[in-house]
Amino acid sequence: MNHNQPVYTDNDPQSELVTLNLGPTHPATHGVFQNVLQLDGERIVSGVSTIGYIHRAFEKIAEHRPFYQITPLTDRLNYCSSPINNMGWHMTVEKLLNIKMPKRVDYLRIIIMELARISDHIICNTIIAQDTGATTTFLYLFQFREHIYEIYEEVCGARLTTNIGRIGGFERDFNDIAFAKINKFLKEFPVALREFESLLNRNRIFIDRTAGVACVTPEDALSYSWSGPLLRATGVDYDVRVNEPYCSYEDFDFEVPVGTSGDIYDRYLVRNEEMWQSVSLIEQAMEKLKHEPAGVFHADVPDFYLPAKEEVYNNMEALIYHFKIVMGEIDAPKAEVYHAVEGGNGELGFYLINDGGRTPYRLHFRRPSFINYSMYAKMSEGMLLSDAIINMSSMNIIAGELDA
Amino acid sequence: MDITFVIEKFILVAIIFGISLVIAMYSTYAERKVAAFLQDRLGPDRAGPAGMFQPLADGLKMFMKEEIIPTHANKWLFMVGPGLAMLTACIGTAVIPWGSAITLGSKVIPLQVTDINVGVLYIFGVVSLSVYGVMIGGWASNNKYSLLSAIRAASQNISYEVAMGLAIIALLLVTNTLSLKEIVEQQHGWRWNVLYQPLGFILFIVCAFAETNRAPFDLPECETELIGGYHTEYSSMKLGFYLFAEYINIFVSSAVMSTLYFGGYNYPGMDWVASVAGPVLAPLIGTAVLFIKIFAFIFFFMWVRWTIPRFRYDQLMHLGWKVLMPLAIANVIITGIVIAIVEKF
Repeated sequence: MNHNQPVYTDNDPQSELVTLNLGPTHPATHGVFQNVLQLDGERIVSGVSTIGYIHRAFEKIAEHRPFYQITPLTDRLNYCSSPINNMGWHMTVEKLLNIKMPKRVDYLRIIIMELARISDHIICNTIIAQDTGATTTFLYLFQFREHIYEIYEEVCGARLTTNIGRIGGFERDFNDIAFAKINKFLKEFPVALREFESLLNRNRIFIDRTAGVACVTPEDALSYSWSGPLLRATGVDYDVRVNEPYCSYEDFDFEVPVGTSGDIYDRYLVRNEEMWQSVSLIEQAMEKLKHEPAGVFHADVPDFYLPAKEEVYNNMEALIYHFKIVMGEIDAPKAEVYHAVEGGNGELGFYLINDGGRTPYRLHFRRPSFINYSMYAKMSEGMLLSDAIINMSSMNIIAGELDA
Repeated sequence: MDITFVIEKFILVAIIFGISLVIAMYSTYAERKVAAFLQDRLGPDRAGPAGMFQPLADGLKMFMKEEIIPTHANKWLFMVGPGLAMLTACIGTAVIPWGSAITLGSKVIPLQVTDINVGVLYIFGVVSLSVYGVMIGGWASNNKYSLLSAIRAASQNISYEVAMGLAIIALLLVTNTLSLKEIVEQQHGWRWNVLYQPLGFILFIVCAFAETNRAPFDLPECETELIGGYHTEYSSMKLGFYLFAEYINIFVSSAVMSTLYFGGYNYPGMDWVASVAGPVLAPLIGTAVLFIKIFAFIFFFMWVRWTIPRFRYDQLMHLGWKVLMPLAIANVIITGIVIAIVEKF
C-alpha cells in the first residue's frame, strides 16, 4: 500500500484501528481540507493530508492577466490578511519596474499591513482559544477584526477581499475618518488584548492543553522550510521585515519575538507579542506621517500608475496612459524577480518571470500555509485527537492560501 | 390506599415536573443571555420582550424540523437514547425536599414526592443511569464521532462517580443518615453542611460538572473535536430531548447541591419568619429560598462554561483518578478522625 495514498474507509474488518475522516467539513478544519487519520482509541497512529479542495489554479490564471488584474487573485490567498498579499504583489511589480516609492506611501502601507497582521493573528489566537473551549475570549477580541475591516472599508471600500492600493501606491489618499478610526483602534485594542491575555496566558487549563504539545525543533522547522510565527516559536529569529527589509521597515524600531520549544503555547505567545509589536509599528508610522508632505499617496510614475479620472477625460496624454495601462501594455523589463513579505503566517513570496509580454510568463506564489502544512500529518502521529485539532488551529492554515 | 394521598402526590409530581421543564426551558434562554452578558453581546432579543419567548420559539422549531434517522443506525436504540436521557434526568427530582410540610388545618402536606430512607443512594443511582442515554444514542448513530463521544462520556461518568461517591461518604459521616429530608432538617438555620464539609463540597461540585457534561468537562460534545458528539446524527425533537436533558440535569444537580450542602430550604432567621408568616406561607418562603440557591448554582454552571477552556481527555482522567479521588479519600479519613475525636471528648 502506498503510504501517501489516503484510505477513506475501514476495509479490514480485523483491524484494531479506526479510520477517521477529519474534514473536509469538520468544524475544526477552518476552511476545506481533509486529514484521513488512523486512530487507536483517541491516539492518532498515522495520518494523510488531502489538500486541493478549493484549488483555483491562480498561478495559471495569473499567466493570462495583466499585472494589475492579478491583485484580486492575491486577495483570495490568505483572505484573513488580504492587504498584505495585495501589497506584496504590488511591491513585487514595483521591484520589477524599479519604482522608488515615496516614504509617505510606505508608511501608509505599513499601517495597513500591520492592521492586517493583527487581524490575522486575532483569528489564529482566538481560534486556538475557541478550539480549547474558551468561546468568550474568542468573541472579546474578534470584534476588533470588525474595526480593522471598517478601516479597510474607509480606505478602499472593501472589507474581506480588499484589492487595496495599486501598483505604484494607493488609489486615493486616506481620509480623515480613516485616520480617526485608526487612532480609535490604537486606543481601544491594547485594552482588549490585555484582557484577552489575562484570561488565557496564565490559565492553568489552557497551559496544560497547549504547553509541551506539538513541539518542533528548529532543525525540523527549517528542514520543512517553515517561516513566520511558527518558525519563530521554535527559536529561530527569522522575520522578513528585519532580514530583508522592504517598504521602509528599516526605519522602524520593533522587536521580533521568538519562542523556545515551538509548542502551541509558544506559537500563541509569539503571535500575541507580534500583535503588540504591530500596534507599536502603527503608532510609529502615524507619528512619522506627521513629518511627511501631506497628500502624497502614489509614486510619480505616469507609465504605470493610472491617472485620475478628470485627467483621463480632459487630457490626451492621460487618456493614452489610461488606455495602455488598462490594456496591460506597459513596458515592463524582461526579468525575474522574487519579492517576499512577512505575511500573517510566514514568508509570502512572489516569484515573477516576465518575458516582456502583457502578462507574466510565470508567477509562483510562495504560500506559507501550504509549506507549513506539509509537516502536519507527520506531526500528528502519536498525538491525541484533541491535540491534533488545536495544533491545526495554532498553525493557522488558511484553506485559500493552502490550495491557491 | 387512600385516594386523597394518590391525588395529592399526583398533583405534586405534576407541579415538580412542570417546574423542572419550565426551568430547563428557561435555562436555555438564561444560558444564551448569560453568555451574551459575559461576551459583550445582546443575546436573543427578538421573540417577545427581551427575547422572553425565545425558548418557546426554539421548542416549536424543534417540533417542526424534519426527523432524520440515518440508514445505518440502529433504529430502535436510536429512538430509545434521547428518551432515556430525558427520563433519567426527570426522575431525580422525586426525592428532593422542596420545602418543609405545609399545614392546612389538620392536614399536613409534605413538599416532597417521597422521603425514602436511601434518598442519597437513589439520586446517585439515577445520576449513574443518565450516561446510558448518551451511550446508547452515541452507539446507535453508527457514526465514529458519536461513538468516540459515547466512549468519552462513559469513561468520564464512571471515573467521576467514584470521587463523587467518596465526597458523599464524608458527608454521610457527618449527617448519619441517607434520607434527604433528615439531612435538610439537620441543617436548620445556619448549620449548613458546607461549613463542615468545605472540601467535600468542592469535590462534589467538580464531579457534578463532569456528570452533567458541562464545561470544562464537556468532552463528549465538544463541537470543535467531535462535531456534535453523541448528538451529531440527531435532529428534530430527539436532539431537543438531549439538549433539554442536559439542562434538567443541571437543575437537578443544583437542587442536590443546595440540599446536601447549602441547607436546602433552610435560611438564617427562618424561625422568626415562620412565627410571623404562619404555617402555610413559611414553607413556601423556604421553597423560594431553595430556588434562589438553585438559580445561583445554575448561574455558576453557566459562568464557568463561558470562562474557561476544556480539558483534554487524558487530563480529565488524570484529574478524576489521581487528584480528586485521593483528595476525597483524605477527606473521608480526616472527617472520620475529627468525628471520632469530637465524640470521645
